[in-house]
Amino acid sequence: MRPYLSVLSARIRMLLQYRAAALAGMSTQLFWGLIRVMIFEAFYRTATQAQPMTYAEVVNYVWLGQALFALLPWQPDDDVRTMVRTGTVAYELVRPVDLYTFWYSRALANRIAPALLRSVPLFCVAFLFFGLQAPASPGAAAAWALATVGAILLGGALSNLVNISLMWTIAGEGSMQMLSICIFVFSGMVIPLPLFPDEIQPILDFLPFRGLADTPFRLYMGHIPASQVWSVVGHQLAWTLILVSLGRFFLYRGTRRLVVQGG
Amino acid sequence: MLDGLRLYGRYIGISFRSQMQYRASFIMLSVGHGAMTGLEFLGIWALFDRFTALDTWSLPEVAFFYGLINIAFALCDAFSRGFDLFASTVKSGDFDRLLLRPRSTALQLAGQELTLKRIGRITQGLVVLLWASHALELAWTPDKLLLVLLTILGGACLFYGLIVLQATLAFWTTESLEIVNTVTYGGVETAQYPLAIYREWFRRFFTYVIPLACVGYYPALGILERPDPLGSGPLFQWLAPVVGLLFFAVCLRVWQVGVRHYRSTGS
Repeated sequence: MRPYLSVLSARIRMLLQYRAAALAGMSTQLFWGLIRVMIFEAFYRTATQAQPMTYAEVVNYVWLGQALFALLPWQPDDDVRTMVRTGTVAYELVRPVDLYTFWYSRALANRIAPALLRSVPLFCVAFLFFGLQAPASPGAAAAWALATVGAILLGGALSNLVNISLMWTIAGEGSMQMLSICIFVFSGMVIPLPLFPDEIQPILDFLPFRGLADTPFRLYMGHIPASQVWSVVGHQLAWTLILVSLGRFFLYRGTRRLVVQGG
Repeated sequence: MLDGLRLYGRYIGISFRSQMQYRASFIMLSVGHGAMTGLEFLGIWALFDRFTALDTWSLPEVAFFYGLINIAFALCDAFSRGFDLFASTVKSGDFDRLLLRPRSTALQLAGQELTLKRIGRITQGLVVLLWASHALELAWTPDKLLLVLLTILGGACLFYGLIVLQATLAFWTTESLEIVNTVTYGGVETAQYPLAIYREWFRRFFTYVIPLACVGYYPALGILERPDPLGSGPLFQWLAPVVGLLFFAVCLRVWQVGVRHYRSTGS
């Protein structure tokens, strides 16, 4: 366990150095949040029938999405990509550690550190100026915290799967693009998932992406009652388990047939 | 000038042929890129499915805005790779080499790469645009067609100008600053919806500071022949896209100032 924990903490400490990038990212996210809120404001202005979410809830949802944007596994690990392309991935293979867990720890750190840097200030700004509310109740806050941990574990498994797929495609741009757009649309970053048509809700419920953003956010605002936290976390963990097994399988196959480029 | 254009053509030709060496990869990337932006449109569709209308605007009208701005942006994106990656050119000192050549730096950077896969997004935007025009039963006349082309060109120029500005910043900062992404990607997001739905300060920002509305909202209204809730007249709507070209010209001037301030990193 030790080496994995140390790679986790070393990477977090490294990533915490990029404060200017975090500041730029934050202002981008603030701007995005404002655009999205204004669009929903316009939609709700003329809405005649009751919607699955109130306008205030949507505002909360948007700001939570912007504040925790960095938690989403929408970017692959650039270092792994370079390693596969240049052939230095061979060094990773000789390390006396379990490669999957090693990369998984990296993936977790890549999610947690930027989120730590960005989310706290964004939370404050959104809370003070832009209508983000506090969690619905202490129970909701606890449920949200738990589901956020689940979301991080799930996100790590997803991005690790992408990392491993690089062993096949090398450039990997295509699969990466596809996955990142699926994550955006089906986790609720484009529009809150409850606003999608009712007919496709079962599909959204089934897919793993919901656990990355939608369900934790709705626990926060009490749109899903805190008592249902276990089914949310269960869904996240079940998918994490499936993705980890898939990742391990592909990694096993990948290392069997890996041809390291010389040079 | 003509000489420069011919050289630019050569640059683009080389880039085209080199990417065509990987034909399968090109096709897959283009399709993927188109599908990706298509999924985004799904979000807009889903919202209209719930709410039926956005203020007084219908889905085909929003789709028309969406198509215009996405084609323009993808067009710009296809030709601006050199400027997009400019910060790393400065950091590695490669810009020195460009300065040694007896041609303008902007021309050389613009010719660096033609990103062919953007054709996917252009096609997707075009499909949405055609669907919108069909659903709205637009009567196409030659002058309207011309306005559409001018609008797309103006839009592409505006985005290109912004990317040139972002590259110019690198002369001072060396590091690439993502801050301009706010107005490029954020601008695309904004312009997909009619300007009239936004708050006033925001509308002013995207009209006077970054004249995005002049290459999207206003000319689109001219084509749709829809009265503007913001009260603009047809003459303004038809002339507005020219602002995009002017904006680009201004950005190129700023670029030249930046080049004069360039100090090599020495690496």
